[in-house]
Amino acid sequence: MLKKILLILITTLALTLNANAGSDGEIKLKNNPAEIKDCSEGFNRATFALNQGLDKILFKPVASVYRVLPSPVKTGVSNSLDNLSNLVTIPNNVLQGDFAKAGANTGRFIINTTVGILGLIDVAQYLGLSEYEKEDYGQSLAKAGVGPGCYIVLPVLGPSTARDTFASTANFLGGDAWYNVTVKNNTHYFRDFDYYSSKVTAGVDFRAKNYDSIENLEENSLDFYASVKSLYLQDRQQRILNSKKIIATQDDSDWEEIEN
Amino acid sequence: MKLKKFFIVITIYFLTITNLYSIEPDVFVQSTVNRASKVLSENLSKDQKIEELKKIAIETVDINGIGFYTLGPIRKTLDQNQKDEYLELFRNYFLKSFSSRLAEYTNPEIDVINKETLNEKYTIVNSVLKGTAERPEIKIDWRIYTKDSDNPLIRDLIIEGLSLARTQKEEFSSILNSNNNDINFLFKTLKDFYNN
Repeated sequence: MLKKILLILITTLALTLNANAGSDGEIKLKNNPAEIKDCSEGFNRATFALNQGLDKILFKPVASVYRVLPSPVKTGVSNSLDNLSNLVTIPNNVLQGDFAKAGANTGRFIINTTVGILGLIDVAQYLGLSEYEKEDYGQSLAKAGVGPGCYIVLPVLGPSTARDTFASTANFLGGDAWYNVTVKNNTHYFRDFDYYSSKVTAGVDFRAKNYDSIENLEENSLDFYASVKSLYLQDRQQRILNSKKIIATQDDSDWEEIEN
Repeated sequence: MKLKKFFIVITIYFLTITNLYSIEPDVFVQSTVNRASKVLSENLSKDQKIEELKKIAIETVDINGIGFYTLGPIRKTLDQNQKDEYLELFRNYFLKSFSSRLAEYTNPEIDVINKETLNEKYTIVNSVLKGTAERPEIKIDWRIYTKDSDNPLIRDLIIEGLSLARTQKEEFSSILNSNNNDINFLFKTLKDFYNN
């Protein structure tokens, strides 16, 4: 136990001390989707095919039922999942040195868990706390200047990078309070099932929200694997930069090239 | 003196005409989505809708520009015949892919909310696709090529920050990389898609 605490402390300190190690330009360059190598493409494509199979027999049918549920039910589920994700977002706000957001998200979590009935209703947005962006340990490592490494497709979990896969282990080493109170510690209030069912529900919720887009993309792609990889890495770059500005995800020189 | 006056009048006339026909990128996008929405909400068969959407795309999208962009650096190694063949194949592929993607939507409501001029050639127009019971609200940004202000053209759609042109480019790059950068394999893939 002491060893684990020390490990977390060292990781936290290392991240905090390096919080400003990478400038925005450097981070953008490192996380440029075109620069991220697909070191084990054969293996990744095989895993991708496995995940597609799982999607067809499991996630897609469940999502197709889920998406026809009444809107208030889906919104409530989505709000609850977002509320739970604060438990990973808040420590990462702190690791990234963004104390204002950490405070706002703590406020969001307390208000929505209590007044918002376990997060079902997003009361905080009516109190001016409307901007919520998820953060994770992979994003914190990226902000600290750690490069993404190779692109990886994980069984069931889907696209990731070496850095993000490594960073996600922090969730199981005490970095996710929801995991701690459900799986790791016997609190008598929660069970392992609560944690795993929340993760499966998050997967179904994501699949249902993007149901048509995914179907459309698959039907109209020449190489579905490459399309998913590109979209995932673009999304990841945007999340790391915390930028909604289009020009941040676009390289105009690419467009300039065709002028010549 | 008369000649000088004549030139001044002619110059003013052309400047006025030019300004009259100049189209603001946000107005262009809103009118384009309105046209597409009208087609999608009409009582037409799916095939008829696809044909109508193709007509709109031909008028409003810079298909050749997107085609060259998505091809990437290999474009510079192609001879003129290969470029011509590629542009024809890409055009067929794009129109089929684009129109069948859109034809699935029924009466989408898109509102233009803002625009940002990047430089004289590009303006980003921000819009939102209103949410329905089945899907949340979606932000769609349009990269508009404004080099010819009388005839602005769409060069990219950026959905929730994800660029479709960039995705397409990386998809083509993956196909080429997996096949020793053989352009003929890309041609074959595009033909197969169009014929299926």
